[in-house]
Amino acid sequence: MRALDLKLIRNLLSMRGQALAIALVIACGVATVVMAFGTNVSLQETVDTYYERYRYGHIFAQLKRAPNSLKQRIEAIPGVGRVETRIVRDVTLDVPNMSEPALGRLISIPEQRQPELNKLVIRQGRWVDVSDPDEVIISENFAEAHQFGIGDLMSAIINGNKRKLKIVGIALTPEYIYAVAPGQLMPEDRTFAIMWMGHKALESAFDLKGAFNAVSLTKLRQANESGIITRLDALIEPYGGVGAAGRDEQISHVIITNELEQLAIVGQIIPPIFLGVAAFLLHIVITRLIQTQREQIGLLKAFGYSDLDIGWHFAKFVMVLTGLGVVIGIGMGMWMGQGMTEMYTMFFRFPFLHYQNDPSTIVLSVFIALGTTLAGTMQAVRKAVKIEPAVAMQTAPPVSYKVTLLEKSGLIARISEPSRMIFRHIRRWPIRAGLTVLGMSLSVGLLIAAMFPIDAFEHAIDVYYYQAQRQDATLTFTEARNPSSQRIVTNMPGILAAEPYRAVPVKLTNGHLSEQVSVMGMQEGMTIHRILDTALKPIEVPPKGLVLSAYLADQLNANIGDKVHMKLMTGKRKADDVVVAGLLEEYFGTSAYMNEHALAAFLQEPTLVSGFHVLVDEYHEDVLYKEIKNTPAVAGIALKTHAIRSFRNTIQETISISLMFYVVFGAMIAFGVVYNAARISLSERSRELASLRVLGFTQGEIAYILLGELAILTLASLPLGALIGYGLAALIALGFETEIFRIPIIVNSSTYALAMLVVVVSAIVSGLLVGRQMMHLDMIGVLKTRD
Amino acid sequence: MADAHIRDLDTQSSHGVCFSTKEITKVYETGDVKIHALRGVNLDIYENEMVVLLGPSGSGKSTLLNILGGLDQPTSGQVFFREQELTALDNAGLTQYRRHHVGFVFQFYNLVPSLTAKENVALVTEIATNPMKADEALELVGLKDRIHHFPAQLSGGEQQRVAIARAIAKRPQVMLCDEPTGALDSKTGRLVLDALMRVNQDVGTTTAIITHNAPIAQMGDRILSFADGQIHHVAVNDHKLTAMDLTW
Repeated sequence: MRALDLKLIRNLLSMRGQALAIALVIACGVATVVMAFGTNVSLQETVDTYYERYRYGHIFAQLKRAPNSLKQRIEAIPGVGRVETRIVRDVTLDVPNMSEPALGRLISIPEQRQPELNKLVIRQGRWVDVSDPDEVIISENFAEAHQFGIGDLMSAIINGNKRKLKIVGIALTPEYIYAVAPGQLMPEDRTFAIMWMGHKALESAFDLKGAFNAVSLTKLRQANESGIITRLDALIEPYGGVGAAGRDEQISHVIITNELEQLAIVGQIIPPIFLGVAAFLLHIVITRLIQTQREQIGLLKAFGYSDLDIGWHFAKFVMVLTGLGVVIGIGMGMWMGQGMTEMYTMFFRFPFLHYQNDPSTIVLSVFIALGTTLAGTMQAVRKAVKIEPAVAMQTAPPVSYKVTLLEKSGLIARISEPSRMIFRHIRRWPIRAGLTVLGMSLSVGLLIAAMFPIDAFEHAIDVYYYQAQRQDATLTFTEARNPSSQRIVTNMPGILAAEPYRAVPVKLTNGHLSEQVSVMGMQEGMTIHRILDTALKPIEVPPKGLVLSAYLADQLNANIGDKVHMKLMTGKRKADDVVVAGLLEEYFGTSAYMNEHALAAFLQEPTLVSGFHVLVDEYHEDVLYKEIKNTPAVAGIALKTHAIRSFRNTIQETISISLMFYVVFGAMIAFGVVYNAARISLSERSRELASLRVLGFTQGEIAYILLGELAILTLASLPLGALIGYGLAALIALGFETEIFRIPIIVNSSTYALAMLVVVVSAIVSGLLVGRQMMHLDMIGVLKTRD
Repeated sequence: MADAHIRDLDTQSSHGVCFSTKEITKVYETGDVKIHALRGVNLDIYENEMVVLLGPSGSGKSTLLNILGGLDQPTSGQVFFREQELTALDNAGLTQYRRHHVGFVFQFYNLVPSLTAKENVALVTEIATNPMKADEALELVGLKDRIHHFPAQLSGGEQQRVAIARAIAKRPQVMLCDEPTGALDSKTGRLVLDALMRVNQDVGTTTAIITHNAPIAQMGDRILSFADGQIHHVAVNDHKLTAMDLTW
């Protein structure tokens, strides 16, 4: 091995603590890239394979009733691949040991074989038997939530009749990776079941002999989706079709797509922070190394080593450190990616897992890491190369200092000499101090950005469920009913108050932009279900016009005063322009509101109600649920506490794991920055500090000088970090904006405090580590040698 | 050498004993090699005395000075500063000892580069119990008009005089100087030695100076010659020269 390479290895070994700290920061950057992209690629691959293998449909439509002969006409639409017609109906379930009613979605399947599309993954049990119309296959989520096994029974109210259903199989399907009940935003495994029944059994149960009420189809590769949808809509409209939609309107697909997008966003925002910090750390470490090796560099040059040799020597130093970081990072990233993918596989209940690393990501991260760190150290290396040998071998002149402005200003008239040393040292190396502050601020910011989604979600839950939609539950009728049904509802046991609503599916169009939503018809003076404007103040729905959620307005590019085209997706399919009369703030879903009478006028119907928002006396809940289970007119009841619980669960499962990673990473950055800054400070000032020890300064007093500077820099980084954190939070909030939810940029003070605490603790730990090394300052040795 | 030492003690009996060492040895172990830096040194240094320690490199004089100054502990033996046994003190005790009683001057001045001349002195006066004013200490070493300069703005001799001012400002009972003129030309060196001598005479500080430079010995009351970790010879100097009269 060449002598210079031996020197490199020994230099690295002698500063192994620092080297490891830097390598770890690099590793964090690389790991996040590898993890995020690896998980992303793997999940995407898994989802695609799952969809393809189990033939997830491309387009879905719901209608009232259409003869089976319509299927051939649908198949004849150009570009359509396979078509599956079926019966899909939501029913109320009575689950043993659960007082509240659950909702079951019955989907018909051929009795003898798998359906053409949206096939089932049978996890346990068997297919339904044609001879027994009460056999069902149920979704695994629901089965696990209730610990249902094969042979268990439960009751369902099917078309007004209570029937005992027998579970013969437990299955998964790509169609309901996320099983979200209608009107809900998040999956609720306990109260929403997907159930498959034989086609004939459902035909007879819902009087749909020779008919179907749902269709799904695949399109050929090159076919235009919106063209097919338009033609399909035209075909099913006479049969009560409610507007066909592609996968992008299927909530399960949307949630998964969003999750994958969010992973990708995290993979883009976070790694540059780590790599930037690593570059800066390497910059200060290399600069210092070159300072201490000035004489050696002069000597090497005197021996005849070329500038290139020496430059290459230091570049190798950077590359070895970066390489170490990259190797650790790739290992960590692959391990974490595998873990994340496994977690998501469990969470999404994929029947199989395809973990794979994206080699191009790995190669790219190696290049980016090397490029960043080499760029960060180029200046210092160039300086090393440029020193004239004769100059290099002389003692470096004493560093010149200045009186700081702070002292001149007289603001700190009585300041001790050690404090002066601190201020002047910072003033003397402002860029380094600035970068140290920036490095720590970034870690504060990263921690805030990692933790803020929880604050934001909690705030959103508070606004949506406690300030706006204050009902305890929402009752939905199977069909719109006369407003006089309010009396029936309020007479139910446990109902304290009820407010009616009307929900009508519509398609809103503005120019080339369109969205399918439910318009909610609202009474005047509603106090349970309120609408909040963008300043979160309750507002009334004006007698005319639409009130849109800010997000929906944005999606349609519509403002107050604009006219949008509203087309009914049921009944007479009336379409007309409606003015946007107001905007409201809703963090979940996409909603549109109208005065109930205005909506009825639009529908050309008397004012009807689709259901009620109710306040429930919790002491009578059980009786109420019993009553609802036996009321066929009530399609279901959605409980707020369940919705909130499922929200929290989903958030916890998806966010908290990545959050934990980023908290550890943020602490690592803080530690890496502070530890390196402290080590370099100690190495630069060991002579000075040893002299002070000789003069009779105690360990504590010199620790004050060394660590006091770090304390000031740490303190300075906190407010800046809070700002950076807020900025990153805003960036992440923007990236997380989806149809299902938007997160407001809300950062609780406890989150700021916790982020700062983590950084302060990291700073203290690295301070203690360096402080321990300070105890072993060589007082005698240092005085015997020149600087 | 013990005999010479006892004879000297008799001739100097009018003064109290400032330092007393009993059979001190110092062994440094580096890897498998043992270096005997001191091999049983018995020595008394008297109040107000100025002693000069001569000897080749590695003869043990710096080791002795470091032990007297509380920077190091002997491997065996006892060291007393007046009534206080230094060898009985722990790290914190030695720090306090240095802080309140000892002034050091080194070959490489070891000033704090981020502090001006005056502030370097103030560094010490702030933690001492009965210090002189920083200005006063700098005036004693003839640097009255350079007090607001940073080390980078001072010559080597000036820096060394700041170091002396910093050492004397706490009114130490002892001054320990290791090659104080080692890095200076003779003219500047004389100025520095003159400052040390004045402190010895005016403040009454017991002073020990290590030097390679034999002519400097002529300013001491006694000259201790070191060889091989022992005091090889002690000479009483009846014809002390002032620093300005020295030539080298």
